[in-house]
Amino acid sequence: MNRSPYITDAPTVSVIMLKVLLALVPGIFAYTWIYGGGILVTISIATITALVSEAALLKIRQRPIRPYLSDLSAVVTAWLLALALPPLAPWWLVVVGTFFAIVIAKQLYGGLGYNPFNPAMVGYAVLLISFPIIMTKWPAPLILAQTKLGFMEQLQFIFGHTLPGGVKMDAVTSATPLDYLKTQLMLKHEVSSITEAPIFGAFGAKGGEFVTAAYLLGGLYLLQQRIISWHLPTAFLGTLAAMSLVFYTVNPAHFANPLFHLMSGASMLCAFFIITDPISGPTTPRGKLYFAAGVAVLTYLIRVYGGYPDGVAFAVLLMNMCVPLIDAHTQPRVFGHTKN
Amino acid sequence: MNSIIQFATQLIRGQAAAPADVYKFHGGVHPDGHKLESTAHPIAKLAIPEKLVLPLRQHVGYIPKIKVSVGEHVLKGQMLAEAEGTLSAAIHAPTSGTIAAISEEVIPHPSGLPDMCITLTPDGKDAWATLTPIDWRNTDKKELVASLRASGIVGLGGATFPTHIKVRADGRSHVHTLVINAAECEPYITCDDMLMRERADEIIKGMEIVKFLLGADHCIVGIEDNKPEATLSMTEACKALANTSVKVVPTLYPSGDARRLIHLVLGIEIPHDKRSTDVGVQVFNVATVLAIYRYFAFGEPAVNRIVTMTGSVNKPQNFEVLFGTPLQNLIDAAGGAKADTTHFIMGGPMMGFDLPTIEVPITKAANCIIAATPDLFAPPPPAMPCIRCARCADACPVNLQPQELYWFSKSDNFEKARDYNLFDCIECGCCSYVCPSDIPLVQYYRYAKSEIIAVDKAKEAADLARERNEFRLARIEREKLERAQKHAERAAAGKAENVKPDSAAPEESSAEAAKPAAAPVADDAKKAAIAAAVERAKALKAAAAQAGDAGKQTKETAAESRKPVDDEQAKKDKQALIAAAIERAKAQKLAAAQAGTTPKNVDNVSPSVQAEISEIEAIREKAKQLADTKDAD
Repeated sequence: MNRSPYITDAPTVSVIMLKVLLALVPGIFAYTWIYGGGILVTISIATITALVSEAALLKIRQRPIRPYLSDLSAVVTAWLLALALPPLAPWWLVVVGTFFAIVIAKQLYGGLGYNPFNPAMVGYAVLLISFPIIMTKWPAPLILAQTKLGFMEQLQFIFGHTLPGGVKMDAVTSATPLDYLKTQLMLKHEVSSITEAPIFGAFGAKGGEFVTAAYLLGGLYLLQQRIISWHLPTAFLGTLAAMSLVFYTVNPAHFANPLFHLMSGASMLCAFFIITDPISGPTTPRGKLYFAAGVAVLTYLIRVYGGYPDGVAFAVLLMNMCVPLIDAHTQPRVFGHTKN
Repeated sequence: MNSIIQFATQLIRGQAAAPADVYKFHGGVHPDGHKLESTAHPIAKLAIPEKLVLPLRQHVGYIPKIKVSVGEHVLKGQMLAEAEGTLSAAIHAPTSGTIAAISEEVIPHPSGLPDMCITLTPDGKDAWATLTPIDWRNTDKKELVASLRASGIVGLGGATFPTHIKVRADGRSHVHTLVINAAECEPYITCDDMLMRERADEIIKGMEIVKFLLGADHCIVGIEDNKPEATLSMTEACKALANTSVKVVPTLYPSGDARRLIHLVLGIEIPHDKRSTDVGVQVFNVATVLAIYRYFAFGEPAVNRIVTMTGSVNKPQNFEVLFGTPLQNLIDAAGGAKADTTHFIMGGPMMGFDLPTIEVPITKAANCIIAATPDLFAPPPPAMPCIRCARCADACPVNLQPQELYWFSKSDNFEKARDYNLFDCIECGCCSYVCPSDIPLVQYYRYAKSEIIAVDKAKEAADLARERNEFRLARIEREKLERAQKHAERAAAGKAENVKPDSAAPEESSAEAAKPAAAPVADDAKKAAIAAAVERAKALKAAAAQAGDAGKQTKETAAESRKPVDDEQAKKDKQALIAAAIERAKAQKLAAAQAGTTPKNVDNVSPSVQAEISEIEAIREKAKQLADTKDAD
């Protein structure tokens, strides 16, 4: 039988996914430091839900369970969704979101390699539309909170939705900077005065910007390991920066500066971990640039003009729809051919 | 845009910049070389085995015609089978001995199927036939090419394309540069490397001959930078030849692919639908060039080659092996295969194939035999789904999108696969090499290609049959029309005779029709009537052409046309239809002529049509000759 090539040097799918998980570790570490250990519980719930629902669906679809569970793609989805949710999200919210991501967005489309939409973002969007109040209620970073919850208290909140006696909900939550900026701008305040509020840090959210920086670190590791190509993060961050720079230059009183946009919300998570999902993204080098730029434009527009504080999830899903079109029209020139 | 992307990619990946005078191709991979194992010892000459099995099919093209019979005693270098047709190569006796059998034996082919072979029992004398060296400097090039056809030399890089076809002038383009392919980019293979280290002088002399045959001005030897010894000896030897240089190219599989190598050393990107000779470049493998030298200088035909015996053998080495030598002799000479050897691979690990059995002979294509073990070549894990990571696209030296081709091939969407340039795929295996899902991508492409070719062939046959049928129908119709026209003309002439000269053609009342009224001669009146009828037919034809397709009812009308028709209007309509039908028949005839269909029945047609047919046949003959030359290239 002719089965050449007989040799291979590629990392397996499992290794690729494992490296993505590794790259998320600095971000999770920073997250725990800023918001407390509750995130670890959220990640665990998401991981277990993902593995259980993936196994169940593989069983129903009569597919081999072991190779598909050990490819770790479900775990990556679970972690990304968990990190996108507000800290201290109730356990059932995590379960519902993960279940939706794995079962509806991934397995029902045919499993690994066949999902047209980013599963984590589908899960997130479903939760955002279904439970908008919980989804936009972010606990304050520990450095800002009037009452600091311990790990056990966070656990109690996640599973029982109860706070220790005497502590009010307002004492542990606060608006996110993106949200706060939007509501304050509607009240005709200027950006410069708004950002003097204590929730703002040097670049983005106080505390949150460290998490963002940690994601950047993990993303650079993925680049160095050649797990992701440079096209996507560069085009995303570049476009986001350019777009906010234009608006900021035109009217600095009404529009936040580029650094704020880069270091706020899910920008870095999106640039290095979300849009870099190869399955739901484009494959051509030029297509990747267009795709990432499109996500950035939509993210910015939703942030500034849309009804939601951050626009990453919807931007990614909308651009996922364009992927076949982008791929078809960005085919690179083949050796020995003249037309592009 | 793409160049910026490429530049940025290189910048970020921190790839070393290529030497300034070498052009880069997209993609490529860096598999472990494994070349040191087999270069520790010089090339050894393998002893004459107890039997030699020579498959007739050792090259690309038609199988040669057997010239010997069982029991015949032959001398070394004597022709056993003669090249038949243009694309074919001769086979010679690798040593002196007796023809033991002409039968079907297993040949080194992935299928494991037997094919016709000549079995020779050596007599141990190794006595050469009378060899006639050729004074190539003072011989006509055509003669040289013709004699090369009898040499049995084929491309020894593994492609086994008959060499005499590559050196003959095709009359279309001038070859200005000869590129010597010494890249040897596949892992494990070192036969060209060793050949260059040990016999660079002879290679140079061969290059001189090929350069002369091609009429090339320049000669460039492309060597990968993992062969410093070979580079050194070749550089030294190249000094003896004018306008000849060695170009070291970076080690990057598949730099030994002819189109990639030409791009690397010359920066010329050969258009996908052209041959290298169309841009004035011809590529030869080093071993082939050496064989050409041996043939012209000593009259020695192709009887042996250098084979790398490596992998899991005790003493990996290169051997000079007579064609037809059983593989077992080669394995024994390399100290035997180690215990964990499971099978043998012919060629390199990137493009080679599993030998079906150990009972196969060494052929002209056998550049390397690798003893395989599960340790060296682990069986691939079960394929996972494609995750569209596009690593394959990054690795593809042709800049294809393998992940799309895979998708289309898998779903039998062959038209789409062709649109995405499936046929530009060189099956180098880079895509499979880097695939994290371990998908056997190349197998999918081979499958899609063979399916498409099969469908194309079936379609071609159907088209030909349809064209033949259409032509036949057109001919039947044309003959009917000709009869109808003659009939009409006769009828018109008869009528003209009957009418009085002063009232000629009153229904038409044209100027032409009025003229003959002045001449009362009946003969003139007849002529005039015919002229009038022809004129009328012409006018109607023009009208019909404007009206477009009026031919739907032609068949019935043509059949009816034999009946005498009195009504003038009906006659007009009929003639319009006839004219349209003639037009259509002509168009069909032209189309058939262009498609190259031979009209079968040419006896009962008018001289003018016969002339037309012979003219078409002349054109076709010319086209065929052209096609032959092209095929042979």
